[in-house]
Amino acid sequence: MGDTLAWRSFSYWMRRYRHTWRGTIVISVANPFLFLLAMGAGLGGLVDQNHSAYLHGIPYLDFFAPGLLAAAAMQTAVTESARPVHTAGQPSGSYRAAAATPLRPDDIFAGHLLFIAFRIAISAAAFVLVMALFGIPGSALLLVPAALLTGLAFAVPIAAWAVGVDRPAKLNAFFRFVVMPLYMFSGTFFPTSQLPAWLRPVVELSPLWHGVALCRTIALGTGTPYVHVVYLAVLAALGVLAGRRRYRRHLHA
Amino acid sequence: MADEILVRASGLVKVHPMGGVRAVDGIDFELRKGEAFGFLGPNGAGKSSTMRMIGCVSTPSAGELRIFGLDPATDGARIRARLGVVPQEDTVDTELTVRENLYIYGRYFGLSRARIRERTAGLLEFAQLEDKASEQVGALSGGMRRRLTIARSLINEPEILLLDEPTTGLDPQARHVLWDRLFRLKQEGVTLILTTHYMDEAEQLCDRLVVMDRGRIADEGSPRELIERHSTREVLELRFPPGEQAIRAEKVTDIAERLEVLPDRVLLYVEDGEAALAAVHARGVTPITALVRRATLEDVFLTLTGRTLVD
Ligand SMILES: Nc1ncnc2c1ncn2[C@@H]1O[C@H](COP(=O)(O)OP(=O)(O)O)[C@@H](O)[C@H]1O
Ligand SMILES: [Mg+2]
Repeated sequence: MGDTLAWRSFSYWMRRYRHTWRGTIVISVANPFLFLLAMGAGLGGLVDQNHSAYLHGIPYLDFFAPGLLAAAAMQTAVTESARPVHTAGQPSGSYRAAAATPLRPDDIFAGHLLFIAFRIAISAAAFVLVMALFGIPGSALLLVPAALLTGLAFAVPIAAWAVGVDRPAKLNAFFRFVVMPLYMFSGTFFPTSQLPAWLRPVVELSPLWHGVALCRTIALGTGTPYVHVVYLAVLAALGVLAGRRRYRRHLHA
Repeated sequence: MADEILVRASGLVKVHPMGGVRAVDGIDFELRKGEAFGFLGPNGAGKSSTMRMIGCVSTPSAGELRIFGLDPATDGARIRARLGVVPQEDTVDTELTVRENLYIYGRYFGLSRARIRERTAGLLEFAQLEDKASEQVGALSGGMRRRLTIARSLINEPEILLLDEPTTGLDPQARHVLWDRLFRLKQEGVTLILTTHYMDEAEQLCDRLVVMDRGRIADEGSPRELIERHSTREVLELRFPPGEQAIRAEKVTDIAERLEVLPDRVLLYVEDGEAALAAVHARGVTPITALVRRATLEDVFLTLTGRTLVD
């Protein structure tokens, strides 16, 4: 593996990461810490006093944290895939430099995905560490892969799309009209059983809803995770198929 | 093997899927080992489209292309391993240092760390970037970036170096530095393909070139051959008041072998410019300015296509 073509592309992204990793680690720890602190000490206390019936007696923080882990994985995935992929695919982007060498579009795609997966996993690990600090239940060994799968279900299709996007404005529209609503309505902050009945089936199509459900199932030990795993894995796999085509078409136009 | 053919194209066509532009419209050429071969043409002539096909990052729509005798459709990666590419737009990474850019590129070609280190010293010297080695590329001037791009493209000791408009957008000083570097490569026997819309660049660097316009090749030869074939030895340029070029030109048409009326001046193709100018004065025609010069590739282009290279 040490010298496959995809590995060379991965090494490039890692080399870039060397210049920025400190900042990203601080953010990966500080973000969940502040969020969980605010929710645990403030809002969570209120919820537990008044509405814990909706949560079947589970403390709000234990309910909220794994959901936020999934949402954070989505966020890392989107951040690492949308704009970086688009920029790299521009005429002066790094994909173009790599495409002029023995690397094939498939290698360039695979190497970048490897790096994105690495970033999602690192951020998830930091998150799980913070969860442990707060004494929130959940096995790190299972939660990190669950968050990684959630992230990849976003990152792979987004990369496949972003590589051929002509205007960056479309990326902004995607953040505003897709990512933000998903963030709010995928059961991260409150159980989707609180939503009107007609809206629930729509929400349950959301990959983030599955990611949240997966992480929560694992953390709380309730229900079975398989449907969610399959759903997310299929999305990632479809992204790989689409991405291979689109990278080839775009980089070898 | 002085006549070994490295690239052979016949009936090569590129239709861009987006917009359906016929960017390259059936061209034939051959590149021989050790020569500096040029594509001279204005913006939109199809030069970059051609270069991208040779660089195996763009699939020909029709025709045949062989590089090192291999077919890009099946052996793209193997061919690219033996090429050096300087694309029209710099693709160096502005967030990495000069040295890191060379390192990454070397890794793309599968060179070992030790080998890259060895090559880097020489390439930094070649690009005159020794004292910038640890600087972020974002802080370099356009000329330095271009030199880095060229140095980077040499890391795998390519058998052919592709240069797409190597000096476009640079100031005159930076262009001269770059020409000097390219001339050195040429003297070292590196096989070059370059595109340009600067006739002086083509004249200085190319042993042989094709004149390209609207996706087609208008003619081919050495700069000297092309000038002799399509132009007279000298050119007399006459400038008249705005809007009067055509009317004034009529009075001196028979003095020249051939005459071109441009929006801002009239070109008289003649063997002896001074004699022609005397003849113009003898007719009582007085231009605002008159200039006698040797014919250039610009004149060749004008003759072949009826248009100027740089508009
Ligand atoms: N990727 C592309 N998609 C669509 N049209 C293109 C593309 N690249 C070039 N063209 C068009 O093809 C023609 C030739 O372009 P190009 O090869 O870049 O010429 P040159 O390098 O000589 O300026 C132009 O009309 C240009 O607009
Ligand atoms: Mg061009």
